[in-house]
Amino acid sequence: MTVKLVVVSHSEKIADGAVELAAQMAPDVLILAAGGTDDGRIGTSLERVMAALEQAADANSDGTVVLTDLGSAVMTAESAMEFVADPSAVLLADAPLVEGLVAAAVAAQAGADAAGVKEAAEAVYRPPAAPQHAHEHRPPEATGDFELVNQAGMHARPAAKISGGLSGLDAEVTINGADGASMTELMMLGAAKGTVLHVEASGPDAARAVDYLRGLITAGFGEP
Amino acid sequence: MGLDVNWALRWLALSADAMAEHREELIELDRPIGDSDHGENMDRGFKAVMVKIAEAPPETAGAALKLTAMTLMSKVGGAAGPLYGTAFLRAATALGETADIDAGTLATAFQAARDGIVARGKAESGDKTMVDAWTPAVDAAAAAAGDGDVRKVLLAAAEAAEAGAVSTDPMLARKGRASYLGERSIGHRDPGAVSSALILRAAVGAAE
Repeated sequence: MTVKLVVVSHSEKIADGAVELAAQMAPDVLILAAGGTDDGRIGTSLERVMAALEQAADANSDGTVVLTDLGSAVMTAESAMEFVADPSAVLLADAPLVEGLVAAAVAAQAGADAAGVKEAAEAVYRPPAAPQHAHEHRPPEATGDFELVNQAGMHARPAAKISGGLSGLDAEVTINGADGASMTELMMLGAAKGTVLHVEASGPDAARAVDYLRGLITAGFGEP
Repeated sequence: MGLDVNWALRWLALSADAMAEHREELIELDRPIGDSDHGENMDRGFKAVMVKIAEAPPETAGAALKLTAMTLMSKVGGAAGPLYGTAFLRAATALGETADIDAGTLATAFQAARDGIVARGKAESGDKTMVDAWTPAVDAAAAAAGDGDVRKVLLAAAEAAEAGAVSTDPMLARKGRASYLGERSIGHRDPGAVSSALILRAAVGAAE
């Protein structure tokens, strides 16, 4: 069982396309599209969103995270959440639709709970918070150095796998100084094949986080 | 004598007529500052409301407004769907099972509707939205309710909403698609404020 995802977009094509993209990286996660109006126009429909939320609720008890595009999609999603049987099982993520959905899907695939999936989506949004870490001077509880072996290096999919997987762990992780929870910061490292990634982790799951990254990076993220 | 389910059904029918009649005007207002679909969306939404009412005529004003809420949220498509939907839903809740709506209850229902719009859209007065029609309408309705005459409450709300819609002309849009235009939104009337005024005016006609 994993957390379920619902995509609310003004456009049926955007919703379907975003689901298609995210599903590639999260084969075991139920991702439902609720795009466009009942009659195939641009807009959002309470009925479509309700149907998706009900289907998601039927299929599990692990909760549902909703991602939206423009303003009225948010309003329709919020309206729909007022009508579901268990509103506490549905979380609305405030994140860019495509990037947020990919990060959420990867986190759900990795087994994160609903709050963790929401957090993974929203972490995509945040500007780098580097200065905050600077004056903390606490030594990391676990570290590791791993070479990027996959051909494409640190691109979107590996970044999503890292940030998604870490969202399920209670650890603060930096990778060459970038926040391990932020898919955007990881991508901005621009690390190519052969780059050695220096991992520093602290918190209760620090060791598990380093182990997780060792497995992921040395296996080339399952890529050639 | 207060208002009953027949008033609510006439109100919704007259609102549907007003949306059909002003469809092009609302589209024209929405063109420079939105996506020019407000007239079409509202017309389609209220036509769908009429179909739903014909299928299963509601027995209370509250039930009629709730049916309207659910239908608008599903059929309008644009931002007006969840906004009007929430407004009608909150008004329906405020009316409950009331069969005979008095002036105070009516003013309270209008306030609940406005509060629903604010909660859903997070707009404030002066943001150039339908709130700029609804808030003066709610204030005028509350002031008029003291006389105990529901028709005076309806008329006060409609007149204040119409003045409120006009007051959006010089405003800078801070919510919705129009806010992307910044300064260029100034000089245009907000379509949602205009449709709100039309709907509140229809409520007056329904009580005559």
